[in-house]
Amino acid sequence: MTEHVVIVGAGTGGTVLANDLADRLEREIDAGDVEVTLYNDDPDHVYKPVWLYVPFGLREPEDGRRALSDLVDDRIDLRIDRITDLDSDAKELRTRDGAGTVRYDHLVLATGSTLAPETVPGLAEAGHDFYSEDGAEALREDLLAFEEGRVVLSVVGSPHMCPAAPLEFAFMVDDWFRKRGLRDDVEVVYTYPIQRVHGNPHIAEWAEPIMKERGIEVHTFVNAEEIDPDAETIETMEGDSIDYDLLVTIPPHAGVDLIAEAGLGDEGWVDVDSHTLEATAAEDVYALGDTADTGVPKAGSVAHYQAGVVAQRIASDVRGRPATATYDGKTLCFIETGMDEASFVEFDYETPPSPAPPSTALHWSKLSYNESYWLTARGLL
Amino acid sequence: MPSPDIDPATIVDARGASCPGPLMDLIGAIRGIDSEAVVKLLSDNEQSLTDVPEWAEESGNEVLEVEGAEDHYAIYVQKA
Repeated sequence: MTEHVVIVGAGTGGTVLANDLADRLEREIDAGDVEVTLYNDDPDHVYKPVWLYVPFGLREPEDGRRALSDLVDDRIDLRIDRITDLDSDAKELRTRDGAGTVRYDHLVLATGSTLAPETVPGLAEAGHDFYSEDGAEALREDLLAFEEGRVVLSVVGSPHMCPAAPLEFAFMVDDWFRKRGLRDDVEVVYTYPIQRVHGNPHIAEWAEPIMKERGIEVHTFVNAEEIDPDAETIETMEGDSIDYDLLVTIPPHAGVDLIAEAGLGDEGWVDVDSHTLEATAAEDVYALGDTADTGVPKAGSVAHYQAGVVAQRIASDVRGRPATATYDGKTLCFIETGMDEASFVEFDYETPPSPAPPSTALHWSKLSYNESYWLTARGLL
Repeated sequence: MPSPDIDPATIVDARGASCPGPLMDLIGAIRGIDSEAVVKLLSDNEQSLTDVPEWAEESGNEVLEVEGAEDHYAIYVQKA
């Protein structure tokens, strides 16, 4: 009897996991004892961190795309299709294009984040973003032509992917205009929904003085009630009105509907044990990356480390051994602090982040990692 | 025990969420309810005891009551 492992979603988490299992369970897969199927509805793998550089004219969206067929091990059964139904009691899935049901023995949900700008009136119409290919390209058109006025970076939704990215954009746009001799004509404004500039108090404590030193205007406790594209204002739940000439937002995020419909968690995030990554509401179901509601950032490094844990646990289970691998909350982020300097943080459930002093070396380390990411996706790095 | 006349329109269970998850969940719930309706926020994060009143004051909403249970808090917030 062949054991069937199904992975839903081929972002960083799903792709790294598939390649890890292809290596770890090579013998069992070749013998026909295990089959691993990876579902994704896009034939490409997308590396989203590239989008931060698109508005500045430094990268193209296609730099962040590679065909999954080139990245995923041949031992993996790669299906370009979408899972539409999940019955975790019957251990069955239905797909958009396939007939009948798909049985699984082990299921991993790595469906990631989607943007939900429609939850705030006016946001889709008025706000640019760099959290999508289309958004980053549209922002590039306006940012490259922008020479005076108020650029407002507003974090509208949280949690969101890559919690460092709003800070990075604010620091980069400040430095970018400064280097071009336009900073005196451009106001840079940053808004955040809670009482500090970042969700993590240690990162907020580090970033706030840098923002003050750079003359970045900060508004906290800003939660957009609506955006008025005609008046070019953000009207907030706190009763304020913030003017903008160019609005860049981090839109609200949500997971896919499949998760809530299957009763595994709210808003598309699966309730999991934060160490084993097992779903709390179903047997033999894991979630990882953005999909797993662990409280750690929705970041590629998290998905990468979690994929290794889930691969070890599934391999142990397949071999009839106790699964002992656990996730400790490990998170790693580079944080651009300008166009040619960056900081770096590493933290976990027990150890808070302590941002490294910004340096050119860390900036080039970030760009180097972005280039070598494709080795990570292949399971080699 | 909560006042018997507090009838929450919605209950947000943010237990297990790290900061600022509970506050953001509360803000999301307040966004979706009518004026004068009440959200009951369940949180086991002590930071919520300061985050939530600070935001409520800033936004003009009102913390009606805070209950302390064995392993979590229940905070009742009324939308202005």
